Amino acid sequence: MTNKNLIQYIYGIADNSLILGQRLGELCGHGPSLETDIALTNISLDLFGQVRSYFQYLAEISKDEVTEDDLAFLRKEREYKNVLLVEQPNTDFAYIITRQYFFDVFHFMLLKKLEETKNVNLQAIATKSLKEVAYHKRFSGDWLKRLGDGTDISKEKAQQAVNDLWVFTDELFHLTEDDKAVVEAGHGVDVSLLKEAYYKEVTSLLDEATLQTPETKYFQKGGKNGIHSEHMGYLLAEMQYMQRAYPDMKW
Amino acid sequence: MNPTQNIDPKIYSILKEVSDPEIPVLSIVDMGVVRSAKLLENNRVKVEITPTYSGCPAMDVIGDDVKKAFKEKGFEAEVKLILSPAWTTDWMTNEAKQALKDYGIAPPMDASADKDALLGNKKIVECPQCGSKNTQLISQFASTACKAMFKCEDCKEPFDYFKCLI
Repeated sequence: MTNKNLIQYIYGIADNSLILGQRLGELCGHGPSLETDIALTNISLDLFGQVRSYFQYLAEISKDEVTEDDLAFLRKEREYKNVLLVEQPNTDFAYIITRQYFFDVFHFMLLKKLEETKNVNLQAIATKSLKEVAYHKRFSGDWLKRLGDGTDISKEKAQQAVNDLWVFTDELFHLTEDDKAVVEAGHGVDVSLLKEAYYKEVTSLLDEATLQTPETKYFQKGGKNGIHSEHMGYLLAEMQYMQRAYPDMKW
Repeated sequence: MNPTQNIDPKIYSILKEVSDPEIPVLSIVDMGVVRSAKLLENNRVKVEITPTYSGCPAMDVIGDDVKKAFKEKGFEAEVKLILSPAWTTDWMTNEAKQALKDYGIAPPMDASADKDALLGNKKIVECPQCGSKNTQLISQFASTACKAMFKCEDCKEPFDYFKCLI
């Protein structure tokens, strides 16, 4: 495992939280009710906090003089290694909840395994984050059940969101060349091994929510290698605006 | 101070004066946020703090407040943020829990009771205003990430509950 392998591996984990955190942050003041607005932005804050820990560690092991802000705000689109799922837009509340639930189940499993790796820095971040992600998963899972098993309209919208976002779930379990090197060295998690348990858990909740599990075998991929969907550029334009317009500005 | 904290008694009183910026009645020592504090040579001090939640926006302020408190007493403090072991509500002293309650925030319960409360299974969270347990969960997330929102069915007041984190 080279230093570059490890750096790219950590981007793969941290960028998921960064981009999903940004998506949820867009909802600040726009949530469908006060309680959900606050909950979603609280989750966003947890994710940003976790990202800071990863980026501080990245800045430490990086050979260049970089800060956590440089890593968050000054990379180009292709340098972000998040999965396509997390950059999908806030189409409606059903999409927001479904995207969150699909990610939370994976996130929880990943962090559980990350705690068992040899890398003490990643272990510490995982242990800290797990406590928070347990709350995220409970929130998104409860809401997905409520939407699926709710009114005709909420059910229809939830089913639509499940069908549309399902194609992005398979990518969660892909390994890049960098990932493979890090996993082999015992510092990372072989996410392909989480796949079976993931679909079992998700299908079981969808059943409970009286929603159909899609049967499609066609899946989208690309984000992990920096090839993003058309939504990513707009997201970055907003997220990076301040640092690009006023370089090095601080709070 | 709880047994997991390693604070030099000579500087304990200075740290005790520093409060959590979001819950001003609580000292960061009683919160369990201060993990260790050592007095070094030449009036230098090394303090280790840990966040309650990863995204806790109070951490930067707490770091600055610690430095300021020591500076006023003629010390120079270095503050380090550590993540491991991860913070837990078990590290809150009983004094802190009482202070929370007096402030109007229901203090954290043990883990199994907490789960029942947040799933709405049992009515066990006590209203900090009137003491009634006839309370209802409104939202699992509230004004800060570490709290959930409840309302009291008897006195009709809404209140925050400090979530259990273990």
